Amino acid sequence: MADSGSNGRTRSLTLDGDEVSFQEGESLYEVARRNRRPVPTLCYDDRLEAFGACRLCVVEIEGMKSPAASCTTEAQPGMVVRTRTEELERQRKILLEMVVSENPAADISPLRGHASQELGQLAEEYGADGSRFQGARSGSSYRGDPNPMILRDYDHCISCYRCVRVCAEQEGDYAISVANRGFQTSITTEFAGRLENSECTFCGQCVQTCPTGALADLRALQSEGEVKDFELTRSICPFCGVGCSVDIMSNDDKIIGVRPAMDGPANEGALCVKGQFSWDWVQHTDRLKTPLVRENGVLVETDWDTALNRAAEGFRKVREQHGRHAIYGIASGRAPHESSYAMQKFIRAGFGTNQIDNCSRA
Amino acid sequence: MSNPLVDMEKPDVIFCIGTNMTVTHPVAATRLKKAMARGAKLIVADPRNIPLAHKADVHLPLRVGSDTALLGAMAHVIAREGLMDEAFIRDRTEGFETFRKHVEKFTPEWAEGITSVPAADIERAAILYGKAERGAIYYTLGVTEHICGVDNVQSLCNLVLMTGNIGREGTGINPMRGQNNIQGAGDTGALPNNYPGFQPVVDPANQVKFEKAWGTKIDLEKGITKVRALEIAGEEILAMLICGENTVVSDPDRAHCEHALKSLDHLVVIDIFKTETAEIADVVLPASAWGETDGTYTNTERRVQRVRAAVKPQGLARPDWWILAQLATRLGICGFEWNGAREVFDELCKLSPTYYGLDWDLVEEGRHHWPVPQKGHPGTPILHIGEFPRGRGLFMTPEYRDPAETIDDEYPVWLTTGRRLAHYHTRTMTGRAVGSEYLVPEELLEVHPDDVENWGLEDGGDAVLSSRRGAVLIKVCATTQSPRGTVFCSFSFDDVPINALTGSGYDPITDTAELKVCPVRIEPAQTDPVP
Repeated sequence: MADSGSNGRTRSLTLDGDEVSFQEGESLYEVARRNRRPVPTLCYDDRLEAFGACRLCVVEIEGMKSPAASCTTEAQPGMVVRTRTEELERQRKILLEMVVSENPAADISPLRGHASQELGQLAEEYGADGSRFQGARSGSSYRGDPNPMILRDYDHCISCYRCVRVCAEQEGDYAISVANRGFQTSITTEFAGRLENSECTFCGQCVQTCPTGALADLRALQSEGEVKDFELTRSICPFCGVGCSVDIMSNDDKIIGVRPAMDGPANEGALCVKGQFSWDWVQHTDRLKTPLVRENGVLVETDWDTALNRAAEGFRKVREQHGRHAIYGIASGRAPHESSYAMQKFIRAGFGTNQIDNCSRA
Repeated sequence: MSNPLVDMEKPDVIFCIGTNMTVTHPVAATRLKKAMARGAKLIVADPRNIPLAHKADVHLPLRVGSDTALLGAMAHVIAREGLMDEAFIRDRTEGFETFRKHVEKFTPEWAEGITSVPAADIERAAILYGKAERGAIYYTLGVTEHICGVDNVQSLCNLVLMTGNIGREGTGINPMRGQNNIQGAGDTGALPNNYPGFQPVVDPANQVKFEKAWGTKIDLEKGITKVRALEIAGEEILAMLICGENTVVSDPDRAHCEHALKSLDHLVVIDIFKTETAEIADVVLPASAWGETDGTYTNTERRVQRVRAAVKPQGLARPDWWILAQLATRLGICGFEWNGAREVFDELCKLSPTYYGLDWDLVEEGRHHWPVPQKGHPGTPILHIGEFPRGRGLFMTPEYRDPAETIDDEYPVWLTTGRRLAHYHTRTMTGRAVGSEYLVPEELLEVHPDDVENWGLEDGGDAVLSSRRGAVLIKVCATTQSPRGTVFCSFSFDDVPINALTGSGYDPITDTAELKVCPVRIEPAQTDPVP
């Protein structure tokens, strides 16, 4: 059934010959996608204001002289819209050929970022290589930034402004902006310096929205030589209490990166520098890999049985000598519920006391 | 938080107090920035000129530890101007008349004398919040880590109750929880006064419930807090089991803390690294880390979410629940025969009224905010709609108290401590992350440029910072982020153990340490004479 507007009228339009309903304020891009007629795009990000820069999402609307960008055109009752005519597809191919021709030919590793494959996939779908428009190149990579998190490989930039917009609209930091026009267009910071000397907080949102990998995750790229593909495991960030959803990138029991979950309820695709880039401690060589017990004043490695027996024996002895109230437990505010639940049960069920706390008081 | 994170985009007036949110909860702060982009007004009460203060319509740079006076004066102005929500006060609260009389003496001029915030700014902030259609309060440890932390929170509750900014979308009183599962640690009953689900241990019915569930006898008396336990360590507390906390670095008064732990007969630490605390243990048990462990966390908006193992644990490391079950078995403690995190979580849900309607499968997508009192319940994103847990909201009458220690000739500077964006707590994790270490490789003491000059310090030079409890050597950074007379640093770096200085006092009700206020002396470090 078609939706009713606030005035009671059914709102519908014709999309590729089918009558479809829409809600007031929806763009043609959104209507098409919802009705499984997605139109291609490079500058669109769900979380951002529509921008209408790439022109790939153009559609034909009856009664209008030229095709219109579907992302910036609001659906109107009675519109007759076509998304995939031969002429539109031809125009899209030309546009893609022009975009591709400005960039160096390269395989963009998916390790670079969440959206990094978008241009490559569209170019492949449309059979668009850059051969028809040999000549000028846009963007030039910023090689003077030694930070180990964000690669600024602007040779691959297509001026979609997604990075600039996500920094402003989503992150609210306005750390990066656009300088110049045409082939000279470049993404830059205040005074064209290093990111660390700008308002940038290294949240990585620009990296994850970049459709070409021009901005890329250098922590993940560390594994580029060894890793061809990776798995994603949905989890929650281990740092502050906001509880951002993340996808852990792993290959063969090695963590190689983290991505924000675009559908994470707490974060909706956002992360901060810690959640995005500071995961390398997990498999750090300093990790405790075996139990330790103190022998002659020094902690030495041992097996589980020895350590657990020693730990249990110590509690048993203190209970016998000083009573059950002499044993105290401190649970973690970082470990999962199953840890803190087990801790308080260990104290309560084990010693019959309430001598348990967690680290929230300091 | 009384309200969900998504509500942070909806207030028309935002009041942030004691929260350096862009640094401590950066992703939540992005929502506030969006609210402001849509026209919401921002009041920031913070002694320092923090990034949020730059965005504020009114910044109230109060002297550290003077929050109760500031908030009392705001209530005074709201009452005087008649900006109360009379219907809310009538229908949902009690004790307002007593409270109104109580705040009569808290004039903005009186508060200016204590807080150093101009009376006119206190008036502006109070009127802004008082007139809000949807006013929302956000706070963090800047409110609670004081000897008057409870008074501060009650003062905020008074503002909420008198203006009716609770139980509705885009309003509320919203503490931002600091660690990933600090909310969960309380929810699961790791507290000396509550069983899981905040069921008081002193209630005989709860005692019976848990004795039956676990087949054991449990005291009807509360336990003591960690702070008290450390105080009597070596005397009445002789053994400790510490899980995932670097007590030595994170807790106040480091010398006292280390002495306490060393005086135990038996210390067992469960952790993922050989922390400074693990270094003094008798037994250290290696835990599986984030990314290696299946389980559940509850975030600051009470949303229960699943964490998942992506890789195998390092070496012999095992999940905490497994380690505790092994220990329990060796001590003859029953009820730890779990075959996975799922069984532990499901047991918790059965015993907790706040989680009763949840189970392992239901939290798969993290849709529920607790309380979820029964199966099929959708969860409770907004608390206190229609009624408070005690029925009517009760106005309290806190009085201003000075911090445990105040500045004097010997210790003439206020020190306040906090966090760095790139680091987490005591850096056990982020100190081993390339990106975090690149951005913040060392700790710096933030000092106002005028103070740097007046105190004979040098920007980038070393200084000795001392309090009644200890001294540390620290590099100075001149910045207007610190107000004159107040210096700031984080407690993250073990080589600048700032908690050697802190620990002047504790809130009498919660035992929370006054980490946000510590009078100190600051002197240039003696350098060796040039040969």
